[in-house]
Parts: sequence; structure tokens; C-alpha cells
Amino acid sequence: MAQIFAYIEHKDGVADDSALELVSAAKKIDAGADVNALVVGSGVDGLCNDMAASYKEVWKIDKDDVAYPNAEIIRGMLLNILPGDAIVLFPHDTFGMDLSPGLSVKMDSPFASDVVDFEGTDGSDLKMIRQEFGGQVSTHVKADISSGAVITVRPGVFEPDESKSAGGSVVDKTGDAGDVATKRKFLEVVVAEIGDVDITKSEVLVSIGRGIEEEDNIEIAQELAEAMGADVSCSRPIVDAKWLEKSRQVGTSGQTVKPKVYMAMGISGSFQHLGGIKGNPYIIAVNKNPKAPIFQVADIGVVADILEFMPELTEKIKEAS
Amino acid sequence: MEILVCVKRVPDTEENEIEINSDGNDIERDDLVYSVNEWDNYAVEEAIQMVDKAGGSVTVVTVGDEEAEEVLRREMAMGAENGILLDDEAFEGSDGRGIARALKGVIEKGNYDLIMTGAQADAGAAQVGGMLAAMLDLPYASLVNSIEVIDDKKLKVGREIEGGNQEMNEIELPCVLSIQTGINEPRYVGIRGIRKVASVDIPTHSASDLGIGADEIGEGAARLKKVDYFVPESGEGAEMLEGSTEEIAEKMIEILKAKGGLK
Repeated sequence: MAQIFAYIEHKDGVADDSALELVSAAKKIDAGADVNALVVGSGVDGLCNDMAASYKEVWKIDKDDVAYPNAEIIRGMLLNILPGDAIVLFPHDTFGMDLSPGLSVKMDSPFASDVVDFEGTDGSDLKMIRQEFGGQVSTHVKADISSGAVITVRPGVFEPDESKSAGGSVVDKTGDAGDVATKRKFLEVVVAEIGDVDITKSEVLVSIGRGIEEEDNIEIAQELAEAMGADVSCSRPIVDAKWLEKSRQVGTSGQTVKPKVYMAMGISGSFQHLGGIKGNPYIIAVNKNPKAPIFQVADIGVVADILEFMPELTEKIKEAS
Repeated sequence: MEILVCVKRVPDTEENEIEINSDGNDIERDDLVYSVNEWDNYAVEEAIQMVDKAGGSVTVVTVGDEEAEEVLRREMAMGAENGILLDDEAFEGSDGRGIARALKGVIEKGNYDLIMTGAQADAGAAQVGGMLAAMLDLPYASLVNSIEVIDDKKLKVGREIEGGNQEMNEIELPCVLSIQTGINEPRYVGIRGIRKVASVDIPTHSASDLGIGADEIGEGAARLKKVDYFVPESGEGAEMLEGSTEEIAEKMIEILKAKGGLK
């Protein structure tokens, strides 16, 4: 078995949650494999030492020109240091998606993205599970990993490995990584605007998705929220259609909320949406489609058209109060 | 500016129940409605808006059969001037890399300043754009949610990153961009618009026309092999409330009160 490498994402010197999830993912690929970490950034010694508790070797690239993680530069550096048959893991997030497909081509390795589970090996084939069609169906896939692989792993599906028993060491690969020219220059991060309501502080959310169908119907959700004393939030398609402000969007590309009760109204429940719901709230889902993935994570589900159900619920709440 | 947008015909699965076929090797496709992949449609709209401002033309390309040609015509009705269909049985069963290889073939026959794909499609892999860029040795940016033309050599592009933030980059042309939904508001296409482009010639290419070897595409060349489809065991899953709408609403109010969902 070749070496497994996990790419460690980090911000302000702190590792992303995925850093320890990838330890578990790697052990599920091969419990006996040596699992190493890749830490790229500027001034990352403290982080490297932290990671050495969980990874056998921590390969460090410490350079000013990767102070911000520009995937185009880092891809080139990784190509300069990784063994050709390495199995390289990334979180399936906006950085992993940016860097890894191209890396697989350059390494001439098979690529599997957004993997949600590993089922061991069969000869040189690694068996994996992915999802398709917005999470409505799953699929077993396999790839011959004898000459390496590039794999992105869905954030949040593997339990973080907190054992911190690797007793690893830090290896400085900065020199080997070299200078990589790029035709894409990072300029700045524009931070999201704060909207009229801060949904990250809301205790109860009435959250709407595609099932709302038309902009005019948003009123129906607002009336329900008002009757409940809740705030209105939404999933991505509602913001794409410009029906609600971006600051109302729940999900990895929007806000992370931690309410007590989350009403998912006409939301299918993509993993990006669910990634924005933390703190284990009580989830109530109403959706026309009985196969909607939201029903797998909800506490209570109703198969119904929200446009008929929400007014009825609003009416009953008003009667009861 | 000459822009190529890579599009895919996909089943509309958002509002439909997906079933697995009896062999377990695909979803049941008979009753599904197909259209253009949503992300690709935003890419085509963006390309048309760029060409409206800067001049040039938009070409749409897809890998598929004559049914996929309908998707090309839909995008041409939006304002893409040209369509190209890559139609060959040899492409069937390709993984993302096989599709990227096919697209590379058509790009090398043309002279494009900018190549766009949707950020992802029905398989949720988000891979073709990045693979294509690497194969062509072009710069790449994924999840693009704003584009500003600086001059004929450079673009300023925003990438959607976590937390609703946006990462701004300057990227040299030619380049490959994968487009995120919400970057614009795609225009409506009516039946009349589609009729207008019904007779426009759409050239078709086979793998050999593009100089692609049989060992580079199709099921045999796929590095990621699909074994089967299945419906995941949903763990406990939700407790489903049943009954009349009135009964369900009453039960839900009791639950909401118990969980602190009513003030």
C-alpha cells in the first residue's frame, strides 16, 4: 500500500474540522497505512506541531506566496513533492474542488470526488460510495489505486479522530516544493454583508427552498414565521433567484445557523445546505417528494405541498394562541 | 471574445422521485423530464452577456446523441451563435476524464479565449472543468460567481467560498472557468425562440474526427468505475406524520410547543 496524504485546510493558524476527519477517512481506506499530512501556508509551525499528534509525518511548505491558499500555486507545489503513487485526500469544499481535479490529471491518477464512505480494497481496487442526483441515490464506485489516487471527501461524514496518538514528525518540504509561476493571482477576499436579520442568532427558523415555487409565495412563509415568532431563512436557489438576501441563506456557502428548531419547507436537503445547520436542532421537514434527502436527517417529516400546508399551519397556530 | 461553453443534458431530479432500475445499474429514466444542467445554463447566460459587451461569439458544445442536440438548440435560442455535438458510441460510459478528453479535442480544433463549464452537474462530481484546464495547461478558477473583463488578456473573477464570502482573482486568458449558480439571471427561452434556431446546422464530430484514441474514452478507459446504484439505508430517518392536513398541523403544533418552536 502506498502512502496516504491528507491535505490540511486551515485559517488563522487553526486547522479546519476536516483535518481530523481525514485521519478517520484514511484509516478506513487502509487501517495499516502510513498517513501523512500536507500543511501549506505561511508561518505554520504551530499548526504543523498540532498535526504531528495525528499524522505520522507532517509535510510542511512554509512560504509567503501561499499565505493565501491559491489552488493554482499549491497544485504545482504538491506535484513537485508528492510521490507519483500517493493517495491524496482533500475535503470536498471550495478549495478541494478548485485544486484536486487538475491534480489528478497531472499525477495521472484516478479521481473520485465527494466520497461519503470507503468500503476497503478488493485487490488493487478501492471501493467507495458516492451520491448522485442531489443525494437521492447512492452509488458504489471503484478505482485501481495501485498507481495512486486523488480523492475528495465530503466534510462532516467521518467522525474526527481525536486519538492524537500518531507521535509524528514535521518534515520541511519548502525547498522541494519550489517556486511555481501562476496565471491566476489572488487579490482579496470580499467578506459577506450582514443583512437586516442575523439568522445565525435565531432560535427558530422557517427555512424555504425550491418548493416555494414563486417569489410572491414567500409571503406565506413570512406569515408562518410571524405566527411562530420565528425568522425566515432559505436554501441556495432562493438566493440565486434574488428572492431573498444572501444573508438569509443557510449552507456552507451561506450562513451557519444553530437554532433550536429548524423548519425545512420545500428544501430537498443537499449536503451543502445541511452543512450550514449546526448544534443538532430539532428538524421538521415538509416536502412533496417522499425521497427528498432531507427526510433522512429530519426528526419529523410530512409529505405535502408547502404552499397548501404552511397556510393551514399558520391558521391553526393563530387559533391555538 | 470567442467563448466555448460546455453543457450537459440532465434529468430534472429536483422535483421528481428517483427510482433505481431493476438491474441496479442506473436510475429509472423513462418518466423523467430532461433539460440543460442548471449550472451550465448560468454559464451560457454569462457568456452571452460578455459577448454582448465585448463582441465575439458564443459556442455551446455537448457530448451526447441527437436528444442532447435539443439542449444545444435551447442554449442557441438564448443567444449562443454556434453549437457542436460530440456524438459517438465510443464516448458512452466515459468518466469525467473521458468527457474532458473529448472536450479537449474540440477545443484544440477551435480558437477560444475562454472556456466555461458548469461548476457541477447531475453526478455532483465538479470535475470536468478542472480536468480540462489541466489537460490544456490553462489557468483555472472554479465556482465563479462574478466576471469582469479587465482587457483582452485578463479577467477579474470572483469565486464563491465558504461563509458567503467571495475570493477575488485576476486570471489570464485563455482560461477555463467553472460557473456557480446565481452569477446572473438566465433569460427565459420560449418555444418561438427554439423554433428560430431549429434549422441551424449543428456540426457533429466523432472521436476519430478529433484524433481521440479508443483507449482514452468510454467505459474501458474510465478510471473511476461505477459498480451499482442503491438507495442508502436512511438510519432512523424522520418520523413521518400522516393524516389530514388539519390533523398533521395539530400534531405539529404540539411538537413545536414541546421543542420550543413557538413563542
